[in-house]
Amino acid sequence: MSRAWDVVVIGAGSAGLPSALSLAERGLRVLVLDELPAAGQGQHKAAIGGVRATHSDPAKILLCQDSLRIFSTWKETYGDDIGWKRGGYCFPVFTEAVERSLQSILPIQKNAGLQIDWLGPEDIARLVPGIVTEGLRGGTYSPGDGQVSPLLFAVACERAAKSKGAEFRYREPVTAIERAGDRVTAVVTPQGRYPTEKVLVAAGARARQVGALLGLDVPVTPDSHEGGITGPVAPFLDPLVVDLRPGPEGKTANFYFGQNREGQIIFCYTPKELIVGEDRESTSEFLPIVARRLVSLIPRLRHLLVRRVWRGLYPMTPDGVIIVDTVQEVRGAYLAVGMCGQGFMLGPGVGRCVASVITEGRPTIAPDAYAAISFYRDFHKAQHEALK
Amino acid sequence: MTARRTSARRAQPGGRIERHPILSAGGPATVEFRFAGRPLLAREGEVISSALYAAGVRIFGRHHRDGRPLGIYCVNGQCSQCTVLADGRPVKACMTVVRPGMRVEPVAGRPQLGADDRLPPSGPGIREVRVPVLVVGGGPAGISAAIELGRAGIRTLLIDDKQALGGKLTLQTHTFFGSVADCYAGTRGIDIAAILERDLAALPDVEVWLDASAVGIFEDRAVGVVRGGRYAVVRPEALLVAAGAREKALVFPGGDLPGVYGAGAFQTLVNRDLVRPTKRLFVLGGGNVGLIGAYHALQAGIEVVGLVEALPRCGGYKVHEDKIRRLGVPVWTSHTVLRAEGREELERVVTARVDERFRPVPGTERVYEVDTLLVAVGLSPVDEILQKARQYGMRAWAAGDSEEIAEASAAIFSGRIAGRRIAESFGVPVRAPEKWTQTAAVLRSKPGREVPFAPPAAAGRAVYPVIRCVQEIPCNPCTQVCPVGSISIPDGTITSPPVFAGDCLGCGRCAGICPGLAIVLVEEDHDPTRRTAVVTVPFEFGDDRLPRSGRVVTTGFEGEVVGAGRIAGVRQRADQDRRRLVRLEVPWDDRLRVAGFRVQEPPAEAAAAFDPALQDDPVICLCERVRRSEVVAAIRGGVRDLNQLKAAVRLGMGGCGGKRCMELVRRVFREEGIDPGEITPGTWRPLDREVPLAVFADVADAGDTTEDPK
Repeated sequence: MSRAWDVVVIGAGSAGLPSALSLAERGLRVLVLDELPAAGQGQHKAAIGGVRATHSDPAKILLCQDSLRIFSTWKETYGDDIGWKRGGYCFPVFTEAVERSLQSILPIQKNAGLQIDWLGPEDIARLVPGIVTEGLRGGTYSPGDGQVSPLLFAVACERAAKSKGAEFRYREPVTAIERAGDRVTAVVTPQGRYPTEKVLVAAGARARQVGALLGLDVPVTPDSHEGGITGPVAPFLDPLVVDLRPGPEGKTANFYFGQNREGQIIFCYTPKELIVGEDRESTSEFLPIVARRLVSLIPRLRHLLVRRVWRGLYPMTPDGVIIVDTVQEVRGAYLAVGMCGQGFMLGPGVGRCVASVITEGRPTIAPDAYAAISFYRDFHKAQHEALK
Repeated sequence: MTARRTSARRAQPGGRIERHPILSAGGPATVEFRFAGRPLLAREGEVISSALYAAGVRIFGRHHRDGRPLGIYCVNGQCSQCTVLADGRPVKACMTVVRPGMRVEPVAGRPQLGADDRLPPSGPGIREVRVPVLVVGGGPAGISAAIELGRAGIRTLLIDDKQALGGKLTLQTHTFFGSVADCYAGTRGIDIAAILERDLAALPDVEVWLDASAVGIFEDRAVGVVRGGRYAVVRPEALLVAAGAREKALVFPGGDLPGVYGAGAFQTLVNRDLVRPTKRLFVLGGGNVGLIGAYHALQAGIEVVGLVEALPRCGGYKVHEDKIRRLGVPVWTSHTVLRAEGREELERVVTARVDERFRPVPGTERVYEVDTLLVAVGLSPVDEILQKARQYGMRAWAAGDSEEIAEASAAIFSGRIAGRRIAESFGVPVRAPEKWTQTAAVLRSKPGREVPFAPPAAAGRAVYPVIRCVQEIPCNPCTQVCPVGSISIPDGTITSPPVFAGDCLGCGRCAGICPGLAIVLVEEDHDPTRRTAVVTVPFEFGDDRLPRSGRVVTTGFEGEVVGAGRIAGVRQRADQDRRRLVRLEVPWDDRLRVAGFRVQEPPAEAAAAFDPALQDDPVICLCERVRRSEVVAAIRGGVRDLNQLKAAVRLGMGGCGGKRCMELVRRVFREEGIDPGEITPGTWRPLDREVPLAVFADVADAGDTTEDPK
């Protein structure tokens, strides 16, 4: 390969795909390398597809606002249907503790210009048909948020990036990142050596291993979460629903679900004890626990037919905050890693941000927000994110 | 209903089989239910799909993507084509028993989720079962393995997803090949099932769960089992997968029409539920499954318009092919079904001859009016759970079709051997005899070479058998029944053709037992003037299929018309299990040629003209209605990963999990010239079939939906 690339993106997943698109749109010659056989075949396809800007962390709010804009206008901009559905997010509340926590961040969210409000129990019951009303105190609703099909998006985003000139090579695990002094000169795989002066690490759950090729200690450790999907029913549920209560079974921290545009209910929970590791095989524990939580919240869901379950990885950082930054030790190296399970919704915003950093040297978001997602922050200084 | 019929042509479409030569008709239909508001009756314990077919209903709903009609496809709980709303819940019609007063509605588009939000009381909790051995599948292999395990004193749980044990044996009304001593040759499949079940019942260490499906296997070495609507997590020390096979499919335009389905579905409707699903049947595929399907159809009073096989000769046993030919079924080799046609349901099929590369030859198209096309183009093992169990480091074995596709007799041996091996792994010294392995290999063998038919040396005697067993197949019942020991296999095997030498008492036992219906008796002393002789032929139909005139069209062994015959009498011995021996008086010169007679006349071609301009884009993925052109476009766009194909066009994303289309799509890749080595296989994940959330949540899902939707 004699031709030099402007930038090589390592990873064709939630962060890499939209980054490649944004870079290609800026006129760069982009090569994307992935060890898997196709786009989005790592953790990307395990995402349930929820997209919300209603976080409490400023960087995530800003990046996801950008993502929402890109997702919601995707079809008009790029032509492909990605299953976009603007149904909002709803956090129904049954306990005083959760109410206090959500109410406390509402002003921050409103100040950030987010469309979110506290609704009374009747409104929540209208929004989430069939929800148990006993003990229901109300909840938050953010109608601007929505859902996308991660499967369709991977295909569409790769297609869009290719149409802007990006190239994709699959089944190519990166084995070395060559340097001359402190400058990146090439990316090497068993299949070839790709000369470039810039490399973006967007390697998801493999970020630590790829970071090591640059001599970096990238503090990303995957833990796993299981998800599932039912057969389709006629649309009846607009928002993605998040129940922040810990489960009575003592194993779940919260759980969430929504009806995608196909009409399928897609669901997931956060285990109370994180399961660290790269294991992606389903366990027998998941379905009984999640089913119990689902039908206890909305009894009519019991008639749904469960179709498939799976397990995906959250590439976690020690403080639970993502990393988007320019590497200082190696010139030409950039990081978009540690998406902490929200890579899908963050992806397009991160992609635009990192493309701006690579081409113009400045992020798309405010400097103080950007500083919070720096690779050089103190990862062990506890940052409290109220609404993970 | 005892009206005598000479032709199946008078049979009604839909309806129940009131008379069957082998099976006893079920009880009356007394269970009242409604479909789309229309009052109907089901038999006690009957599933919705069979009750609807009995009422002539073939369209159960419409697909939410394109509004096309949906009906049955697998009748085995594997796909979700037959989904209906039963009392407001989406269910598989083929797996759901009709309850009195049930309100069944077609699913038009995506089903509405009923607005009943009263949470039913919780069950007793999800059962965790620890057991030394779990056997998945209660067919011939699974039962045989469980018998060996039970005899070895190893606690075993055998699960099967049907309401009765026996697997596909329960659908096999014909007598089996094989060895009498080893695997019940000469006995009907339905009766073998009963024998195996009886042997199993005597073993206290084996527990049987019916209506119990293995819906998933998980990395914590647990098998999720749904039994009668309740969930159990089974943790076996050893797992035997004897889950059988699933039918392959073929891609052709119109293949998605109601009325196009597999042989398993057909046999379930006809032989298990005694429903007559069709008036005029066409069969695609000349393997044993298709050939036997045609035979079962004839026995059920269904007209079999024809059978096509793409290969130059049928892959099934020649005796199976010949017996349907003799009865009047045309068999066209080097032919295929080009397309199926019909507005809402199957109305006709177009066949064509194919060249040596299986390409249709233009100008050879023929059109037949039929209401049903039985697709029998091969089987593939159901072994996903096995692969995962091995990946998870479990002690896992396979038996029967899950190990290798073969006859049920081979599955019995495969199961016995697996059972012994598992027992040995628990330290019980019960090594399987070496002979079993050899017998299993013999029983698995494909039909062997054909030997030329030699005219009987006995001709000229008063009475003698004519044995037209001309293909090497593992079978020996005829050698076991001759009271004077005149029939033997000279080389001592069970595969070489048997030979008659010695005396013949004319008892007809050989003709009465030969599973291939390949033995007839010739009586030369019938007519001293030697103008006529009597040929006694086996006949597995009722008296109602004998013409009142007594006049029949006689056929030779391979179905060629010989001439005219007259029924001179019908013999039935107690030891001739539901088989009659029909004595045909035939012209003297026909005596060595006649082997049977027709029960139907070969059909005429339809008047409808073939329209070569008519092109339809065949559906590959029935669940998500993905058409071939979409797959081709994706392949040409560079897709080589089946997971990516799923993402891009939703192929394999439906209720069946790609069981049918994942194999079909490989053929499309091949047709596009893609090297199979380039293709990344799809990932298999639980569940193996769709299960209501209620089952996992341990709350009731049925019988609690009587309140009106708000």
